[in-house]
Amino acid sequence: MKSRIFWGIVAPVAAIVTSLLLISGILLLKHTSPVDILKAMIDYGFSPRNIVAELNIASGYYIAGVAAAIGFKMMLFNIGIDGQYRLAVFFAAVVGGLFTLPPVLHVTLIILVGAIVGGLWGSIAGYLKVKRGISEVISNIMLNAIAAGLVAYLLQPTRLGEQAEGSNNLNTPIIAPSGQLPTIPFLGGQIHGFIIFTVFIGLAYWVLLNKSTFGFNLRATGLSFKAARAGGVNAPKMIFVTMALSGAIAGLTGMGTLLSETHSYSISFPSGYALTGLALALLGRNHPVGIAFAAYFWAFLDRSAGVLDLNGVPKEIITIMQGTIVLSIVVAYEIVKRINKQQEQKLVGSASATLKVSATTEGEASA
Amino acid sequence: MSALLNNVMKNKVVRKFASPWRLALLVALVLIVISVVRRITGANDLTSAGLSSATLRFTIPLLMAGLGGLWAERAGVINIGLEGMMIAGTWIGAWFAFLHGPWIGFLAAAIGGALVGLFHGILVVKIGIDQAVSGLAINLLALGAARYLSGVLFIPNGGDISVSPMVQQPGYLTVPGISSWLLSINGKNIIILSDAAGVLAGFVTEISWATIFLLITVPLSTWILWRTRFGLRLRFCGENPIAAESLGVKVYRTRYMALAISGMFASLGGAYLSLVASQVYREGQTAGRGFIGLATVIFGNWRPSGVLAGSVLFGLTDALRVRQPTSIHAALLVIVILGALFVIWSITRGRMKTASITAAAALFIGFIYIKVPIIPNEFVTFFPNLATILVLVLLAQKLKPPAMLAVPYREREEGH
Amino acid sequence: MSAIVEIQGIEKKYPGVVANHNVNLAIKKGEIHAIIGENGAGKSTLMKILYGMVMPDSGTILVDGKKVIFKSPQDSIALGIGMVHQHFMLADNASVLENVILGSEPTSFGGVIQVDAARAKLIEITKNYGLDINPDQLVAELGVGERQRVEIAKVLYRGAQILILDEPTAVLVPQEVDELFRNLKDLTSHGLTIIFISHKLDEVLSIADDISVMRAGTTVASVIPSKTNKKELAELMVGRELPKRREVSTKPGLEKILEIKDATYVTPDHREILHGVSLEVHSGEILGVAGVEGNGQSELIEMIMGLVKASSGNVSIMGHDISDSSSREIRDSGVGYIPQDRQRDGLLMSAPLWENRILGHQATAPMANGFWLNKAAAKKDSERIVVDLDVRTPSINVMAAALSGGNQQKFIVGREMADKPSLLIAAQPTRGVDVGAQALIWNQLIEARLAGMAILLISADLDELFNLSDRLAVISGGKIVAVLDPDKTTPEQLGLAMTGEKIA
Repeated sequence: MKSRIFWGIVAPVAAIVTSLLLISGILLLKHTSPVDILKAMIDYGFSPRNIVAELNIASGYYIAGVAAAIGFKMMLFNIGIDGQYRLAVFFAAVVGGLFTLPPVLHVTLIILVGAIVGGLWGSIAGYLKVKRGISEVISNIMLNAIAAGLVAYLLQPTRLGEQAEGSNNLNTPIIAPSGQLPTIPFLGGQIHGFIIFTVFIGLAYWVLLNKSTFGFNLRATGLSFKAARAGGVNAPKMIFVTMALSGAIAGLTGMGTLLSETHSYSISFPSGYALTGLALALLGRNHPVGIAFAAYFWAFLDRSAGVLDLNGVPKEIITIMQGTIVLSIVVAYEIVKRINKQQEQKLVGSASATLKVSATTEGEASA
Repeated sequence: MSALLNNVMKNKVVRKFASPWRLALLVALVLIVISVVRRITGANDLTSAGLSSATLRFTIPLLMAGLGGLWAERAGVINIGLEGMMIAGTWIGAWFAFLHGPWIGFLAAAIGGALVGLFHGILVVKIGIDQAVSGLAINLLALGAARYLSGVLFIPNGGDISVSPMVQQPGYLTVPGISSWLLSINGKNIIILSDAAGVLAGFVTEISWATIFLLITVPLSTWILWRTRFGLRLRFCGENPIAAESLGVKVYRTRYMALAISGMFASLGGAYLSLVASQVYREGQTAGRGFIGLATVIFGNWRPSGVLAGSVLFGLTDALRVRQPTSIHAALLVIVILGALFVIWSITRGRMKTASITAAAALFIGFIYIKVPIIPNEFVTFFPNLATILVLVLLAQKLKPPAMLAVPYREREEGH
Repeated sequence: MSAIVEIQGIEKKYPGVVANHNVNLAIKKGEIHAIIGENGAGKSTLMKILYGMVMPDSGTILVDGKKVIFKSPQDSIALGIGMVHQHFMLADNASVLENVILGSEPTSFGGVIQVDAARAKLIEITKNYGLDINPDQLVAELGVGERQRVEIAKVLYRGAQILILDEPTAVLVPQEVDELFRNLKDLTSHGLTIIFISHKLDEVLSIADDISVMRAGTTVASVIPSKTNKKELAELMVGRELPKRREVSTKPGLEKILEIKDATYVTPDHREILHGVSLEVHSGEILGVAGVEGNGQSELIEMIMGLVKASSGNVSIMGHDISDSSSREIRDSGVGYIPQDRQRDGLLMSAPLWENRILGHQATAPMANGFWLNKAAAKKDSERIVVDLDVRTPSINVMAAALSGGNQQKFIVGREMADKPSLLIAAQPTRGVDVGAQALIWNQLIEARLAGMAILLISADLDELFNLSDRLAVISGGKIVAVLDPDKTTPEQLGLAMTGEKIA
C-alpha cells in the first residue's frame, strides 16, 4: 500500500524533473543559465497579478482535466473535449444573449445549456463506440473539426454572431448583466466567480465516483468490462453515459471566461483544451486534488512563459516542456507498473501451496 | 457522395473496376457528367487545367499523411502523431532547403520524419505507453520545437518566429508539345473533349518533380506491402501478431520500421507544403492535415489506392473551395447525377438496399443543391471529417481495418 | 515398424500440480495415433512438450531413434513436427497463400516474394493430399473446415512429417469431420504420421490405428481399436472407481428454485449452442452438470445469469420467468454467481478487495444505501469473509490481483454466499486452487445446501461432481443427455454419456 502511494507521487515528480533537465540542457546550449531563467519565471509567475490570471486559467484547465479524468476512469480517451467545449460555450453564449432573465435563473440556464450541448456532442462518440464499435479517438478527432466548422459558420454576422464596428473580431451578442457572474476581488485582481463552481465540479466528481453506486458501476466497467457485466452492470450503457458525462463537463470549460469576463463568445476563445485536459488528468492521476495541482502548475507555466522572451529565450520552450512532461509521466507510470508487477509476481511466487496455473489456461493442469 | 463512397469502399466493386476497360468506362462516364454539368451551370473551372493542377497540389500532402497513417496502421499501430510529424517536415524541409536547396530539404525531412516516427515506435511498442497519448504528445512537442527553433534559427536569417525565409522550389516539368496541344483543345470549348483535355493538361503542365516522385510512393507502397516479404510480415503484425511471432516474425522490429516509414511519409507531406505548395514555412501550415490523413486511411479502406482516392476527393474539395466556391455548388449536381446513375446500376444488379440508400442520399444532396446556392466554406472545410464519420457509420461492415489495430502487443519474453 | 516418436518417462510439474507424470508413448511412422483422455488428463501439456512450447522437467523424447531437446517450436519444426492448433492462428484479412507462407516465404533478390513459386508449391501440396483450398481466397471468407485445412497446409508447407492435431473435430460439423478424416487418411497413405488428440470415442475408434489413454497426467493404456470397444475406453478414461459421494443427512427439498424449460440458444452467427435444455434445481439440492468443456456449459450459465438471451424456451427462478430480465434484476432476485473465469469475470483485479466485495451487489443493501455506496458495510463484510473463509491476505486494502488464485476464489465464494441467495451458480468453483482451498470451498457449498440453498454446480472435475452432487446432469453437444444418480452411476455410463451417447 505504502509503496503504491509512494510510486504514485514519484512518477509525476520524476516526469517534471526530467523535463526540467531537458529544458536546462536546451538553455545551456544557448549559453543561458537555467537557474536565472527559473528564478525569473518564479518571480514573474508568482506576482499577485499573475496569480490571479493563473487561477482563472487554471479553473478552465481544471474542468477540462476532470472531463478527461472521468473518461480515463472508463478507459475512454476523450480527445473530443475541444469540440465539446467549443460548441457548448458557443451555444451557451448565444442562448444567454437572447434575453434577460432573473439573475440566478439566467446564469443557471447558460450553464445548463453548456452542459447539455457538450453532453450531446460527447454522446455522439459514445453512441458510435457502443453501437458501431468505432474508436472514440477517431470519431472525436472528426467531431472536433466538425464542431469548429459549425461554430465558425454560425458565428458569421448574418447568422448568430456580430461584428463590432471597426474590428474584424466576430462574437456573439453580449449577455445581459442578469446572465453575468460577479468576480471575486483577490490580491488586487478579479477572480472569476465560476471558480466556486469549479471547486464544486471537482467535489462532485470525487463524490460521484467514489461514493455512489453510479460511480462504482462506472469504475467497475472501466476496470473490467466483463467482470462488470457479470456483476450485473449494464456496461455498454455505462460507456455511453460516461462519454456523455465527460462531454457535459467539457462543456463547462469555458464558462468562467464567458460568465465573468467576456460575456460573449468570440473566435479568440482558446483552443487545445483536449490535450491540456488529458495531460492534467494523467499528471494528477485522475484525482481531483492531483488535477488541481496539475492545473495550477500548467497555468503557471503558461503565464510565466511571458517573461522568457524578455530574457532572450523563445517562450515556446514551455510548450516543449509541457510535451515532455506528458511523455515522461506516461513512461514513468508504465515503468512503475512493470516494477509493481514484478514485485507482485515475486510475492505470489514465494507463497507456497499456490498455483501458477490461472483459470484461463484451459484447465489442463487442474486435475 | 454516397455513390462515390460506395465505389471506393466496396472491395468487390473496386476489384471489378480495376480491369482497365471498366475503369476507362467509369472515367469517361464521370467526365461526360461533369462536362454536361459544366455546360448547364457555367462553372467552367470544373474542368480547367488550373483546377486539376491545384487539386494535385492539395492532394499530395493529404496523400502523404494518409500513406503515413496506412503504414503505421497496417502494422497495428495507430499514429495520432501524423500532424506533428508533418509539422516537423514543414520546418526541417524549409530549413534545409534554405541552407542547401529543395532536394536536400526533402531528404532531411524524410530522415527527420523517420526519426520522429521511430521515437513514437519506441514509446508505444517497446515501452508500451498509450498510442494516443504518445501521438498527441508528439504533436505538442513538434509544435513547440518548430516554434522554438524558428525563434532561434529563422529570425537571424531574415525570417520570423512563425515564418521561414523564402526557399527555392524544386524544378517543374511541362511535357513539351502535349501540354500546349491539350491546352489548345481545352480552349476550343468542344464538349467532353475539351473537358478531358483541360483535366489532363493540369497533369502535364508545370508539374513539380516533387509531385511526381511523391505520387510514385502509392504504387510503391502497394508493391512493398503486397509483394515483398517485409510487407507481408508487416501486415501480419497488424492482423495477427501472435501468429506472426510464432512463425518467427520479429514483431517489434517490424513495427519500428513501419513507424519510421510512417513518419517519413508524413514528414515528406509536410515538406511538400513548405517547399512546393508555398515556398516558405509558415506556422500552422499543416492545418490539421495530419488528422485528415488519418481520415483518408479509413476512407481508403487501408489500401494505398484507396488513400489516393480519398486524398484526391478531399484535395479536390480544398481546391474548389480556394479557387471558385460556385463550382462546389456545381459539383453537387455532378454527385446527384452520378448517384442517380449508380442507383440505376444497383437496381439492375438487384441491390435494392444500396439503391435505396444512395437514392435517399442523392435526393438529399439534390435538395441542398436547389435550396442552398452557395455552400458555406466552413462546411467544405470539415467535409472530409463528416464524410469519414458517415463512412464509418454506413459502411462499417465493409471496412477491413487491420484486426489488431491499436491493440497493445507484448512479445513473449525470453525463457517462458 | 519402428517408432518415429518415442516419449519416455516425461514429467512436468507446475507449482502445486503435476501435469504430466511418467508419460510413455511410442508412435509408429505412418499411423494415426490417437491420444484420449478427460479434461485435465494432461494431453495438452504433453503435446506442448512435444511441440517445444513447454520444456519437460525430466524424461526423454526420441525422434527417429535420436534423442532430442526442444527449446522452442522452431526446433521441433526443424525436425518435421507440426502442430495444428485448436484455436486457429490465421489472419482473416489475408489470403490463404499469404497465411501459409508467412515466415517461410520463398523470395528472390530484394525480398520480393516469388508468388508463383509459392502458389505452385501450395497447389502441389493441396493436390497431393487432397486438401480442398483455394490459395487466393481471403481467409475471412472461409468456413471452419477450410480454415483447418489451411492450418494443415501451413504445417505441410514447412515440410512436417509428423502432425499433431489438438482436438481437431471440436469445432467441426459432421460432414467436415468426414472430410477431415479423408484428408488424414490421405496424409498417412503418403507416409506422414498423425497424432490425434480427442475425447470422442466414436471418432477415435473409426480413425485411429493406435490409441493411448491418459488419465490424471499419466498414460494408463495403449490399445488397438480392433481389440477394444467404447465401453472399455470409457472406463479407461474415467478410471475404475468413481469417487464416493460425501454422506449428507438430509434430502433435497421439493421447492423448484431454478427451472429451465426447453431452452435453446443460437449465436448471432447462427450456431446452435444449446438445444432444448430442460433442468430443475430444488431447494437444498446440488445439481452437478458434468460434461466435456465447450459443450454449452458457458452459454447455459450466461443464459441463467441474463448475459445472453435464450433464443427460445424459458428460465424461471422461484416461479418468476426471468428470460427477459437483466443480469442486475436476476442477481437482485436472489442469485449468487461464481463465474468459471474468476479473473476475467469475477474480480476487478486492480481494485482493492473491499471494493470487490461490492461487485455484483452494488445495487442492493447492505452494499448500497439507495444511490450511495455503503463503504463501511463493504469493509466490514470483507473482513468477515477474510476470517470466515481463511482468505490469506495482509489486509482488505490490497489489490485482488495480489492474492493467489485460491484466495481470490475463496473471497468470491464468500461474497456470492454473503447475501444467502436462494440459488447459487457455481462454475468450476475449485479450478486451479490448492487442496486446502478446495476443501474449504466444498464445505461451504455443502453447508449452504444443508441450509436450503439450491446450487447448480458446473464442473470438469469428477471428484468435485461426485463429492457434492445430489443429482448429475450430463451435457453433450448442447443437450442434456442424461440425468444420473451419482450413487448408482458406473464409470462406463458416465464416460459414454459425456462422449455424447444417450443413455436409455
